[in-house]
Amino acid sequence: MATKTYREALNDALREEMHRDQDVFIIGQDVGKFEGAYRVTQGLLSEFGPKRVKDAPISETAIVGAGIGAAMAGLRPVVEFMTINFTLVAMDQIVNHAAKIRYMFGGQVSVPLVMRTPGGGGQQLTAQHSQNLEHWFAHVPGLKVVAPVSPADAKGLLKMAIRDPDPVFVLENLALYNTKGEVPDEDYEIPLGSADVKREGKDISIFAHSRMVNVALRAAERLEDEEGISAEVVDLRSLRPLDTETILNSVRKTNRAMTVEEGWATFGVGGEIVSLLMDQAFDDLDAPVKRVGGEEVPMPYSKPLERAAIPSVDRVYDVALQVLA
Amino acid sequence: MATTTENKQQLLDNYRMMVLIRHFEERAAQLYTQAHIGGYCHLNIGEEATVVGALSTLGPKDIVFTAYRDHGHALALGSDPGAVMAELCGKATGVSKGRGGSMHLFDLEHRLYGGYGIVGGHLPLAVGAALAIQYREEDGVVMCIFGEGATNIGAFHEAMNMAKVYHLPVLFFCANNQYAMGSMPEEDSAVPEMWMKACAYDMAAERIDGMDFFSVREATRRAVERMRETREPMFLEAFTYRFRGHSMADAGRYRSQDEVREWQRRDPIQLLGRRLEEDGILDTRTREDIEKAVDEEVERATRFALESPSPETDDLYQYVYTEEDE
Repeated sequence: MATKTYREALNDALREEMHRDQDVFIIGQDVGKFEGAYRVTQGLLSEFGPKRVKDAPISETAIVGAGIGAAMAGLRPVVEFMTINFTLVAMDQIVNHAAKIRYMFGGQVSVPLVMRTPGGGGQQLTAQHSQNLEHWFAHVPGLKVVAPVSPADAKGLLKMAIRDPDPVFVLENLALYNTKGEVPDEDYEIPLGSADVKREGKDISIFAHSRMVNVALRAAERLEDEEGISAEVVDLRSLRPLDTETILNSVRKTNRAMTVEEGWATFGVGGEIVSLLMDQAFDDLDAPVKRVGGEEVPMPYSKPLERAAIPSVDRVYDVALQVLA
Repeated sequence: MATTTENKQQLLDNYRMMVLIRHFEERAAQLYTQAHIGGYCHLNIGEEATVVGALSTLGPKDIVFTAYRDHGHALALGSDPGAVMAELCGKATGVSKGRGGSMHLFDLEHRLYGGYGIVGGHLPLAVGAALAIQYREEDGVVMCIFGEGATNIGAFHEAMNMAKVYHLPVLFFCANNQYAMGSMPEEDSAVPEMWMKACAYDMAAERIDGMDFFSVREATRRAVERMRETREPMFLEAFTYRFRGHSMADAGRYRSQDEVREWQRRDPIQLLGRRLEEDGILDTRTREDIEKAVDEEVERATRFALESPSPETDDLYQYVYTEEDE
């Protein structure tokens, strides 16, 4: 085991997969000479050269479209969107092409494409650069979506995404890049579609993904310390496919549940979990399930306003107490 | 034009293919009105020279992307007419297993990498396929076919720019049939001729007579041969005309019947037929033989399509994800 940042873990995953498979290449804006807007591709241009680390014009549609076409022709492209906000100008390629090509052509061709990008707020980047839209992609059959929180999960899931035969959207988070964690030295596998119980508990299940797992974990510590409540924190890790078994098993144990997501909760990830629980765990629930999401405003610039807009440890703590009341 | 024996046979094959596409499309129109074909159905009638003239210049390692007016392209690349007609009829035996229909033909064996339904959306894909060719240092080229309406969407400009920046062998082939549904270039394009847009991307470009098979074939052959050497993108604009509506659901109120009739005087099949007669390659007897053989082939294809089973509803989820199918 070595201690690595989330950024380093992603960088290691890319490097190791590029060594393992000559068909893996990276394409995106400023991934090469600039070494990545958030330095995830640092050192890769000098190690692998411009053929395998391709700087691209500011053309998200063409970047991801070229990734799709190259994937159809047998390569393993890893597309970097500088931030999730810029996927919006490429939605037609992602939704109408990447997700549908295998199906509408009767399975003659697969699209082994990885799209990786950071979401999230908290950096005072304001409304157009602080969003969580990962559930938009999780809505679409044909796509897979993963959202790791720990460096070990980030490395493992990115490697599995690169090896997957279908298009995978890998959600990173700006506020996670410098976080640290233990990462195994040897090669390891995390199946896409497997949630992970990050903290065992018996009184309430808190379901979260990406950075909100860390927020939920801190709230769980407070609940334990201040109220003697044992909260279980389930890291979804993957939104599509969704690990329904781990989710249901947790609720069957705790009988109470809440969800936390950084994005707006309306029509969001929490709603999907609640629907699953209504459908398959209704009799196991002792209380209504509650959702926590980002405040339903475009992200403001002012630091106090921004802080108020993003789910906090305090809010998760308060809502957990409501569920347990 | 050299008229070697081989050349003569090839020209007869090209002529035959144009006739096949015409008859196939006429039959498809009938099947549509009889509700055997549903959804949208866009016919190549009038544009056969752009299809056969362009695609007949490609080699076995070249890749083709096209838009939703794609029946003729599949046939010209060698797809089985029965499997194409079956796809139009939504059958399990269709080239896309009944999942795609008229707009989404795909035939990996014949290097047809798909017909696409979002205007301009396939241009970036073609760039990516060319990137794969470059990456593997292969010698193929990619032909990307689209209509003039597609030159107004962002994906066109991003794809053109990227192809040039990366030095990729993509032949952007614009079949300008003069109508984006009901809109003419004069109404929706800043420049009246589409090849002019390629100049902004420092791409060699040319406008050609899309009704004349030889014009299309010679220009495309020159472009493809040059691209095999230069590995740079090029642009061709074939000026053509569709004799039928945008799709089967088109009342044609945006143009006059006189205009349609005027263009039909330059029917690409008749133009090529006359030329082949003048050169002593085609005679009345051969022409009739071809018409008869093509009719039979289209009828066989139609029978195959109509008699084929629909996909099983139990297989609804098949092909969404790769691993679940394996």
